[in-house]
Amino acid sequence: MTSELDIFVGNTTLIDEDVYRLWLDGYSVSDAVALRVRSGILEQTGATAAVLQSDTMDHYRTFHMLERLLHAPPKLLHQLIFQIPPSRQALLIERYYAFDEAFVREVLGKKLSKGTKKDLDDISTKTGITLKSCRRQFDNFKRVFKVVEEMRGSLVDNIQQHFLLSDRLARDYAAIVFFANNRFETGKKKLQYLSFGDFAYCAELMIQNWTLGAVGEAPTHPDSQVDDMDVDLDKEFLQDLKELKMLVADKDLLDLHKSLVCTALRGKLGVFSEMEANFKNLSRGLVNVAAKLTHNKDVRDLFVDLVEKFVEPCRSDHWPLSDVRLFLNQYSASVHSLDGFRHQALWDRYMGTLRGCLLRLYHD
Amino acid sequence: MPGKLKVKIVAGRHLPVMDRASDLTDAFVEVKFGNTTFKTDVYLKSLNPQWNSEWFKFEVDDEDLQDEPLQITVLDHDTYSANDAIGKVYIDIDPLLYSEAATVISGWFPIYDTIHGIRGEINVVVKVDLFNDLNRFRQSSCGVKFFCTTSIPKCYRAVIIHGFVEELVVNEDPEYQWIDRIRTPRASNEARQRLISLMSGELQRKIGLKVLEMRGNAVVGYLQCFDLEGESGLVVRAIGTACTLDKLSSPAAFLPACSSPSKEMKESPLVHPPSHGCRSTHNSPIHTATGSRLTQNFSVSVPTLIYTGMGSGSAGKEGGPFKALLRQQTQSALEQREFPFFTLTAFPPGFLVHVGGVVSARSVKLLDRIHNPDEPETRDAWWAEIRQEIKSHAKALGCHAVVGYSESTSICEEVCILSASGTAAVLNPRFLQDGTMEGCLEQRLEENLPAGCGFCHIPYDELNMPFPAHLTYCYNCRKQKVPDVLFTTIDLPIDATVIGKGCLIQARLCRLKKKAQAEANATAISNLLPFMEYEVHTQLMNKLKLKGMNALFGLRIQITVGENMLMGLASATGVYLAALPTPGGIQIAGKTPNDGSYEQHISHMQKKINDTIAKNKELYEISPPDISEEIIGSPIPEPRQRSRLLRSQSESSDEVTELDLSHGKKDAFVLEIDDTDAMEDVHSLLTDVPPPSGFYSCNTEIMPGINNWTSEIQMFTSVRVIRLSSLNLTNQALNKNFNDLCENLLKSLYFKLRSMIPCCLCHVNFTVSLPEDELIQVTVTAVAITFDKNQALQTAKTHVEKSLQRASTDNEELLQFPLELCSDSLPSHPFPPAKEHLESASSNSGIPAAQRATSVDYSSFADRCSSWIELIKLKAQTIRRGSIKTTVTVEKASPMGEGNFRNRSTPPCANSTVGVVKMTPLSFIPGAKITKYLGIINMFFIRETTSLREEGGVSGFLHAFIAEVFAMVRAHVAALGGNAVVSYIMKQCVFMENPNKNQAQCLINVSGDAVVFVRESELEVVSTQQPTTNCPPSCAGGEVTT
Repeated sequence: MTSELDIFVGNTTLIDEDVYRLWLDGYSVSDAVALRVRSGILEQTGATAAVLQSDTMDHYRTFHMLERLLHAPPKLLHQLIFQIPPSRQALLIERYYAFDEAFVREVLGKKLSKGTKKDLDDISTKTGITLKSCRRQFDNFKRVFKVVEEMRGSLVDNIQQHFLLSDRLARDYAAIVFFANNRFETGKKKLQYLSFGDFAYCAELMIQNWTLGAVGEAPTHPDSQVDDMDVDLDKEFLQDLKELKMLVADKDLLDLHKSLVCTALRGKLGVFSEMEANFKNLSRGLVNVAAKLTHNKDVRDLFVDLVEKFVEPCRSDHWPLSDVRLFLNQYSASVHSLDGFRHQALWDRYMGTLRGCLLRLYHD
Repeated sequence: MPGKLKVKIVAGRHLPVMDRASDLTDAFVEVKFGNTTFKTDVYLKSLNPQWNSEWFKFEVDDEDLQDEPLQITVLDHDTYSANDAIGKVYIDIDPLLYSEAATVISGWFPIYDTIHGIRGEINVVVKVDLFNDLNRFRQSSCGVKFFCTTSIPKCYRAVIIHGFVEELVVNEDPEYQWIDRIRTPRASNEARQRLISLMSGELQRKIGLKVLEMRGNAVVGYLQCFDLEGESGLVVRAIGTACTLDKLSSPAAFLPACSSPSKEMKESPLVHPPSHGCRSTHNSPIHTATGSRLTQNFSVSVPTLIYTGMGSGSAGKEGGPFKALLRQQTQSALEQREFPFFTLTAFPPGFLVHVGGVVSARSVKLLDRIHNPDEPETRDAWWAEIRQEIKSHAKALGCHAVVGYSESTSICEEVCILSASGTAAVLNPRFLQDGTMEGCLEQRLEENLPAGCGFCHIPYDELNMPFPAHLTYCYNCRKQKVPDVLFTTIDLPIDATVIGKGCLIQARLCRLKKKAQAEANATAISNLLPFMEYEVHTQLMNKLKLKGMNALFGLRIQITVGENMLMGLASATGVYLAALPTPGGIQIAGKTPNDGSYEQHISHMQKKINDTIAKNKELYEISPPDISEEIIGSPIPEPRQRSRLLRSQSESSDEVTELDLSHGKKDAFVLEIDDTDAMEDVHSLLTDVPPPSGFYSCNTEIMPGINNWTSEIQMFTSVRVIRLSSLNLTNQALNKNFNDLCENLLKSLYFKLRSMIPCCLCHVNFTVSLPEDELIQVTVTAVAITFDKNQALQTAKTHVEKSLQRASTDNEELLQFPLELCSDSLPSHPFPPAKEHLESASSNSGIPAAQRATSVDYSSFADRCSSWIELIKLKAQTIRRGSIKTTVTVEKASPMGEGNFRNRSTPPCANSTVGVVKMTPLSFIPGAKITKYLGIINMFFIRETTSLREEGGVSGFLHAFIAEVFAMVRAHVAALGGNAVVSYIMKQCVFMENPNKNQAQCLINVSGDAVVFVRESELEVVSTQQPTTNCPPSCAGGEVTT
């Protein structure tokens, strides 16, 4: 006796959260059944393995049918085939678009192309996440990227509108899209200590302050390509950043800046002497990062540079985070007192964001 | 020219990509009714076209309006080649033809293609203007309401229940026409869908005419079926119960399970008087004759069964004269009827007087290939023959009517088994004809028939019994005789006194049969049938006793014929009726009493059985009060007289025409283990595992003993097909396979629905078919309803309070309300004194008061009840006096607006546009009140695939198809302005596969009643906010938005 056909269809589509999780994690039906058996469900419910097998198959089939709709979540809301309560719909979508920290760290900043997709095998082996799950997560990134890439308006809003994600998840996706578009390098060994959250935080700050969308409602050049408002960095701004170079190139200015910072922080900083000794190096590092951002290659290396030029030197001198904060605040603020420096607004736009990023990046 | 049909095509969405180059579609729509076709403009390059067409107007006869479906085809325009069809929508416009139902059909319909399934949706608005209202009933039967529900619909009152109506139409099956060889599968499927749609329209119209002739205005319990007879044709047949219904002008407060109309209700202004002079001589445009080439050249009538009580007993002579009087009156009412049959399974109080037992008849027929248009009536004759037989069986039981009547067929190649079954009954004539003789008889009825046991009393004369039966005095009233076991096909009467809870009982059986042709095959089948019936009955009896119960309700026995086997599946709900005697146990007798170890084995088995019975009694809370034997005077069992239950294969003759299933004189059932077969039977008895704790199941509408339903329901369909290994198939192996299949299916259901615990699977409906040699297909449809274990007391409280309000506002209803009270909330403690009840309900303890139920007179009860209510009022003061009255006014003003209000008041998701449509096989929705019936839903779909593997194999294919069918039903209901389908049934699910060719095909037929319901809790909200929420009628019928 073999079961040829075995289905269960409810007027309200039954969703088992545990099975959904297993399906999303890319387990095959037999693996999922084995995992469910191990969870002790048979003892709890008095069911047999055959029942579990049939139940798992059924849910997998349902998820498989739903997957097509999950690719365009608004369709899930308007479709008529599966009657699913709204709270369940939200859960289906949210979980489908959720991703693993380990996975996102591997592909963050990489081009979402076929080439990367081929590397998923390696990522799967490395992270222990099933290849199926890797594919789903990768395809999600790519799908969201494709849809919002060329869209006007707020990146987070666009993602929320087209994929009906929660605010939290939409922000994460905005970061992923932003990183993929600007191809920031995140995979270097010295960046390994950073979490996705660290990068997402930086991305959000950069989207808010450094992109075209950040400039305001009226783009300065209506003819220029302002379509990619939130996704692309403001080219003009990057160009202008060169002006900051005088802060380190002009020796007087640099000395003045240093003395202003030192005067203000004397007695307040535990690592004052180290700071005083390193001031010029640190300042040069930060300003040079800004000045180099006109080149795409250097934009990609932004985080590498920040870690190399600022985080690592401070860390090697054992700066506590509170001192880093005090220093960065004073470092940014003191520029306002430099009479010879005219690019105050530009400096604030650059340093405001960078300060936030650096504070987030500064940990072990 | 009595009607104008107007159709507007608004928009489409989610269309498939038809042009690979642009990834877009140039869609347009063809709207067809009868022979007229209109087209919309082509909407270029869009997957979400906005046609916003003009109103397409069809001027048509109302006959056509009834018969024809509106056919909407969505196509992709192609400049150079033929336009590609995207899919179709068939809309049955019948609901627009009666004034009380829907006024407009408007909404998003899934676009369906028989090869690709659902491909996007289309928004359509349909209206009908009937030109001349005076003429409306002349030519056609527009205006006759149809209900699938097998009880009087909730917001109506039965003035007269006229009786049985039946009709069938025959045609050639397009799948078997010569043209099918050259046309595409899609064209063939569509021809079939259209033909069946047409035939069901015609059938419904014809039945409507019969109803009008009987001066009725509605058909209740309408059941339409298809017989796919292959090359010999396609039969669409329907049966139903003609009634004259009144819409209730002031619907009573919510009554979850019964809500039965009663004479106290006021006359409604909305009455549709049965139009006089409706001598309809219609000319059908459909040729019933041409297609009917069905001839009968072979027929075997099969022995019939009468299931009732059994055993021996002392005679009595009570209630003679009254019975005679009753019989006389009813007979005169029924005699004029050819078939005094009723498809209803639940009745207005007082309608059912006595129940005799189950009557059934089967007949094996050979479908003939010879085209014989001269004999179109063959089918009618076949059924008439069977009905005649049923009628005579009922007579033998001293009954003049059959209730809970149904008919079915099973076809394999050219052999067809026709089956009919019902419950023989004695009815109260008051409902059967105009109220001329109400007066005195009614008086007597109420005096003589104590609630809760009357229907159990035997209708036949105990001195002249049709079969040996074991009679005792009723354990309830102790005046009349009752059998020891009662089998019926109806739902448990609402006033029946039941002890404990009920449970689903199934008998399952397979019999191998040699492959044979024509007559030989039919003979072989008809020879097997009596044995199957006998064994099915024995199994049912054993299982019933094992559960410690004494009555079966909702019994449905299905015999399915296949190439090389016959399958029997009987489902019923077992209960313990307080009026019937306690069932005896099951005794096992060994054949070789001298063998010591064998003896030991037997006693071991006996112990196991006894343990099971004890366990079941505990599980189902069956604890009948001990009644001293002397009072009851029940015969003391004499062990010597026990006769053996004979295994019948060897000794039964082939010529039996009446099978007596009573097993002679005994009180306990004796199972003799004389061969391995019997051993297995005993084993299989014990292998039926009870549902896991927190689960109950039944195949009737409601579960006896549970009344505190919550509003969470989940309707589902589950299908399983197993392949038998063809090697050395034996009856035992088959039985085991089949048994396992059903048990595993149930286990799976319990597991899947575990999140709903505590819950009850209601209306569990199993269907077996044998699509191929080694395949067994089982289809189950049921609804899971959660109930609240702790809220029993509260439900009772609120209900009583409401009753009180009603009683105080309307004194006329005082008489009626105790009846409702007892049936709704306290079926097992009908009239206990106040304090005692509070205690017993809160502790959920036994049923001490049950036996006293009948002797309480109403007036004193009302007194006691009100004092009890005073007590409760101190605790619960939430429900305002008179709130129900206000509700009623709102509802009358605009029931649709209310529906919309409901949806708006519970916004589940801000940006969803799909309204929730509930589906249930029951006639009611727990915790809600049905305010309007919008019309019957009767849909037939075919789905075919030539890429089975790509669609996920057979399971993927059928899963998707059933989900699509649900979606299309829901869409049609929503477009009618409804939010639920009640009495939903999947009548057919024919699945065929050819994995080698990567092909599969499936036909599904579903039906139900589209309704508008309002949640009980919201009713009160509506009533308190009445001035602000009274929605203008303009929003009625619109898309259900949430």
